[in-house]
Amino acid sequence: MTFRYGEQVILDSVDFQVGAREIVGLIGPNGGGKSTLLKLVLGLLKPVSGCVQVLGKSPSAAARHIGYVPQFANFVKRFPIRVEDVVLMGRQGRSRHWGPWPRADREAIEAVLEEVDISHLRRRHIDALSGGQLQRVLIARALAAEPRLLLLDEPTASVDSDGERSLFELFHRLANRMSVVVISHDLGFISDYVDRVACLNRQMVIHDTEALTADSIEKLYGDHVHMIHHHH
Amino acid sequence: MNFITALGSQDFLQNALFTGLLASIAAGLVGPYVVVRRIGYLAGGIAHTVLAGMGIAYFLGANPLMGAFVSAILAALLIGYISLKGFDQEDTVIGALWAIGMATGILFISQTPGYKVDLMSYLFGNLLLVPAEAISMLAWVVGGLALVLLVVHRPLTAVIFDEEFARLRGVPVKSLYLLLLVLVAITVVLLLQAVGLIMVLALLSLPAALAGHHARSLGMMIVVASLAAMAFTTGGLAISWQFDLPAGATIVLVAGIAYLVSLVWRSTRGQRR
Repeated sequence: MTFRYGEQVILDSVDFQVGAREIVGLIGPNGGGKSTLLKLVLGLLKPVSGCVQVLGKSPSAAARHIGYVPQFANFVKRFPIRVEDVVLMGRQGRSRHWGPWPRADREAIEAVLEEVDISHLRRRHIDALSGGQLQRVLIARALAAEPRLLLLDEPTASVDSDGERSLFELFHRLANRMSVVVISHDLGFISDYVDRVACLNRQMVIHDTEALTADSIEKLYGDHVHMIHHHH
Repeated sequence: MNFITALGSQDFLQNALFTGLLASIAAGLVGPYVVVRRIGYLAGGIAHTVLAGMGIAYFLGANPLMGAFVSAILAALLIGYISLKGFDQEDTVIGALWAIGMATGILFISQTPGYKVDLMSYLFGNLLLVPAEAISMLAWVVGGLALVLLVVHRPLTAVIFDEEFARLRGVPVKSLYLLLLVLVAITVVLLLQAVGLIMVLALLSLPAALAGHHARSLGMMIVVASLAAMAFTTGGLAISWQFDLPAGATIVLVAGIAYLVSLVWRSTRGQRR
C-alpha cells in the first residue's frame, strides 16, 4: 500500500499484517508515517494504491471493531463532561444511537473502568485529570467498544516511567483477547512487551524483538541513536 | 401599579411573561450546545438572515414569523452544507449571509407600502406586543425542540465532544451537525419574539455560559441555563415594567450582569484553591 499527501510520499509500498491476539510495536522517526498508517487502518484516509483490510473487511466496515487511542485528545478539556460519560462514548455504535444510554451499556463500562484502574475517577470532571489519568480515560473509551483490534498512538507520551510500565503490562494482557498495535518511541519498553517490532520510515521493516539492534535502529532513524539500557 | 398586581389584571403582560419563559426554555435547551461547540457567531449569522425572510413575507402579505422560520432554516442548512463540503471557510460564509440577509430584508421592507410596526417589533423585540395566539404556537415548537433533543442528545454530545471519534463509532456526524444548526435556527426565531434580532445572541449565550461555570455535564448545563434564562426574563420584565424601560434591553442587561458576577465568583473561588 502507498499513500501520498499531494506529491509527498508518506508510505511507500508498505506491506504489514497483524495476527489475531498479536501485539506489535510500531516505531520510527517523527514524520515517518506511523500515525498516517493508523489513520489508513481506521479508514480516515484512503491509500493511493494497494488496499487495507481489517478483519477481512474494508476499514470503514470494520471501524466498529477497532478501538483507537489518538496521540492528542481531540476535545477541549473545559467540556462539561465526567470521566464515566467519556468512557461511555466508546459504546456508541454497539447499541442504538438514539435516546438515553441503555442500562446494559452503563453496566458494560464497569469492567473497563476496573481494568484500566480509573473507577475512583469516574465522577471527576475531565478538566481535573492529570495527563496520565486522561490517557487512561482515552484507553478505557477505546476498550468500551469491545474492540478486536486496538490501535494506540503514543499512549505513554505524557506518563511517568511507573505509569508507562503499568500501561504496557495492560496492553500485554489485552493482547490475550485482541490484536494490539502500539506506537512508541521508547524502544526499551517496546521490546520487553511486544511480539514484533515494525519499524516505519516511509518504508516498513519488521523485526522480531531479539533482532532489534543498534545498527537496525540507526539505519531506520537515519542518524546516530543513543542506546540506554533500562533495568526493569 | 406594581408588576405582580399588573400581572394579575393585564392580559398582555401575562402574554409577555409566557413568551419570555418559552423563549428562555428554548435558549436553555439549545444555548449550551452553541456555547460548547463555539458556534455563537453562526447563530448571529442566522439571526440576521432572518430579516430577509421577514422582509419578503411582509412584502408578499404573508406571516412574517413563517418567513423568519423558512429563511433561518435555509440559512442554517446552507452554512452547514458549504462548511461540510469545504467550499469556503465557515466564518466567511456566515459573514456573507449576514450582510446579504440584512440587505435583502431592508430592500423588501422599503418596497412594502404601509405601517411597519410589526416588523420593528421583530427587529428590536417587544414582549408586550406578542399576540395571545402566538403563544400556543411557541409552546408547541418548544415542546418539539425538547423532544428532538431528548432523542438526539447522546449522539449529538458525542459529535460536539469529539467529532473524529464519533465518526469512527458510526455516528451520523454530518446529519447531526446539520440538525443542530436547524435547531439553532428555530431557537433564534423564537428568541426574536422575546428580545429582538439584535439581542438574540445574548439570550442564547449568556445563560448557557453562566451554566457552564457551574455544571459538570451538558445535561446539567441545559437545566441550569433554562432556569437562569427564565429568571432573567422574569426579572428583566419586572424591572422594565416598574421603571418603564424597554423589556428586551433590560432582560439582556440582567443576564449580562448575572454572567459577570458568576464569572468573577468562579475566578475568585479558583484563586483560593
